[in-house]
Amino acid sequence: MALPNKPVGELKAVRDPEVVEKEVDILIVGGGMAACGTAFEIKKWLKDGQSVLLCDKAAMERSGAVAQGLSAINTYIGDNAPEDYVRMVRNDLMGLVREDLIFDLGCYVDDSVHLFEEWGLPVWKLTDDGKNLDGKKGQKMGTLKSGAQPVRTGKWQIMINGESYKRIVAEAAKMAIGDDNIIERCFIVELLRDAKVDNQIAGAVGFSVRENIVYIIKCKTMMVACGGAVNIYQPRSVGEGKGRAWYPVWNAGSTYTMCMKVGAELTMMENRFTPARFKDGYGPVGAWFLLFKAKALNGLGENFAASDAAKAELERFAPYGTAAITPTCLRNHLMLFEMKEGRGPIMMDTVTALSDMGKTMDKKELKHLESEAWEDFLDMTCGQANLWCAQDCEPEKKNSEVMPTEPYLLGSHSGCCGLWTSGPDLDWVPDSFKIKAANGKVYNRMTTVNGLFTAGDGVGGSGHKFSSGSHAEGRITAKQMVRYAADFADFTPTLSQSKEELVDMIYKPVRTFLDHCEYTTAIDINPNYMKPNGMMYRLMKATHEYGAGTATYYQTTTKSLEIVMNLLATMREDCEKMAAGDLHELMRCWEIEHRIWTVEAHLRHIQYRKETRYPGFYYQADYPGQDDENWFCFVNSKFDPEKKEWDVFKKDYIKIIPD
Amino acid sequence: MPSFVISEKCDGCKGGDKTACMYICPNDLMVLEPNAMKAYNQEPDQCWECFSCVKICPTQAIEVRGYADFVPLGSSIMPMMGTEDVMWTCKFRNGLIKRFKFPIRTTPEGQANAYADLKGKDLESPLLSTQEADGVTLPTPAV
Repeated sequence: MALPNKPVGELKAVRDPEVVEKEVDILIVGGGMAACGTAFEIKKWLKDGQSVLLCDKAAMERSGAVAQGLSAINTYIGDNAPEDYVRMVRNDLMGLVREDLIFDLGCYVDDSVHLFEEWGLPVWKLTDDGKNLDGKKGQKMGTLKSGAQPVRTGKWQIMINGESYKRIVAEAAKMAIGDDNIIERCFIVELLRDAKVDNQIAGAVGFSVRENIVYIIKCKTMMVACGGAVNIYQPRSVGEGKGRAWYPVWNAGSTYTMCMKVGAELTMMENRFTPARFKDGYGPVGAWFLLFKAKALNGLGENFAASDAAKAELERFAPYGTAAITPTCLRNHLMLFEMKEGRGPIMMDTVTALSDMGKTMDKKELKHLESEAWEDFLDMTCGQANLWCAQDCEPEKKNSEVMPTEPYLLGSHSGCCGLWTSGPDLDWVPDSFKIKAANGKVYNRMTTVNGLFTAGDGVGGSGHKFSSGSHAEGRITAKQMVRYAADFADFTPTLSQSKEELVDMIYKPVRTFLDHCEYTTAIDINPNYMKPNGMMYRLMKATHEYGAGTATYYQTTTKSLEIVMNLLATMREDCEKMAAGDLHELMRCWEIEHRIWTVEAHLRHIQYRKETRYPGFYYQADYPGQDDENWFCFVNSKFDPEKKEWDVFKKDYIKIIPD
Repeated sequence: MPSFVISEKCDGCKGGDKTACMYICPNDLMVLEPNAMKAYNQEPDQCWECFSCVKICPTQAIEVRGYADFVPLGSSIMPMMGTEDVMWTCKFRNGLIKRFKFPIRTTPEGQANAYADLKGKDLESPLLSTQEADGVTLPTPAV
């Protein structure tokens, strides 16, 4: 056998890639739900002569968080008032949210859901006598747009048969924007500021993960929506199972890192999400709690969340804890309390739930109920279905364990970290929530960098958008970008870096590898470089132990934060010596770079906020409990790309919707 | 629960213009080994088990084996994609088999209405193109 010191991937990287340069008016970075929304909407507004390009790291048909499918759409306003949507999000996120953005989203989201149904997404319907019909049979009830009633599991969620959700949405997006305006398998890794106009976006650089090509793309305006951040903390499964992340494992914090590196302001990066899910398989629990009315029991078989002790604990976090719907972080908090007190593990009582529901059902209805329970997994977390099969677990006969996961960063699910963006230019929106561009005009969802927009997981302070809201938000940015490009039609982007400098930056890991790979006899062990896989483990270990990971039941301290910040500084230095032998590994190098920056922002925010705003998601042990007097405000931060310095600061919260 | 490729069944999509699993994998895991003309999963511990490769494979050559660190051997779940439905076969470790059929779309593939002819009128209004066409008025918050 030959010595193992040759690159292992099929698509070898070469020292000097081909360079493709492009210039467009509008660049869309990402291909998930938000970017598909932008792609669908953009040409409806594009003026003659204006051009657009979309770059997706994967294939739009199955990229982003909805790649696998979904069993529900979690945001559909329907007959509800958008004001109540704001109230729900505000309470779930412990009071601190951008109410302008949330209300605004509520004005658009249903339009996207109506399009999904028109495009072919099967939506469950409720019959006049209160029975549930699946999306195929339910067609006879008419469409949501024509007034048919969806099947609600909660006030905001509707059930779908969503195995092909993303394929359907991507199909419409691709047809609308046109194949000629899409580059798939193009991983954009750095944004570029204009050389002449201060604080203006001018383009982006990336590379193909299929061919040795570096893309340099100039633009007047850009939307970045590459999801949240996953695999930033050591997961509970560290072997093969670490791919079974709850959120998509390919979300690398690219949205936050790329935008912060050009000076865009971040908000609420201290917020995180550690969802409680079925243990190991990470199957969804929402339908079990909401649709099947199941209860979570502690190890003693007690419905702990309904106990007097739990009620007393929740009262400490009033008014959020005492609201009709307990905030997600506090539900975790109660669960962790049981586990720490030695009353674990937490079990979902699927047996009682299905038995209770079955009491009023005939045999056919019962069979359908079983099918619904399995579809919930098969539509969106296939692996959980297989785990049940492997464990010989039939939910009507055997209960399953529930466990809070490792931390994730995101802005579209039950979390709200992201970029500080402009609200809409409407009278009721406070001035401090409007960001003015160089011409004095306000562009909805623009970041603090002129011409740079974001959507979905990228927009901070505005959680609970989910798939539908992200799509709608992408559409909002489409119109605003066309408007921006038209208003700045005379602007010609100029890059400060030369073509060679940009290629040197992007392909540095390849050159490092080629320069040194023959020095040792084994490819992964070489004192001159570090492979991205090793760096990933280093990041996970540091955050796990010091950054409020699962190792410490999500607890950190001032001293621990000091240590982890030092570890991160060293990691960033060592990232200069990362090595890639093939294109897949080059992608992993840039992903870990993005993850490290995003984690640094997360921990800087936790360091700055001297309270514990989200018990159950994380605990700052030196500052337990909420301190409304000093910390009922947003925490924002900004990295200065010139001085290479961070600034973290408070930003006033403004209440728009009364209680 | 990483995907794996059955050697005998994989032909590298030699009849097609692209290797299907390689084209679809959201995490860039599936690759073609051009000499053997067969695909494999190059990084099994980064597999999200999304089944995109299993569903798209034209020769049904791809299946999934549960993650070694927590899934007992002996079970399997396999989707069969139709144009309107997906049929799942779920095989338990103890041999029990359950089958489920769910709708996946209500329109023929490739015919989603992209509203290609719709042109927005007022770039300064807050309305999306379809809302403008429908004559929607956006609400103002009751404060």
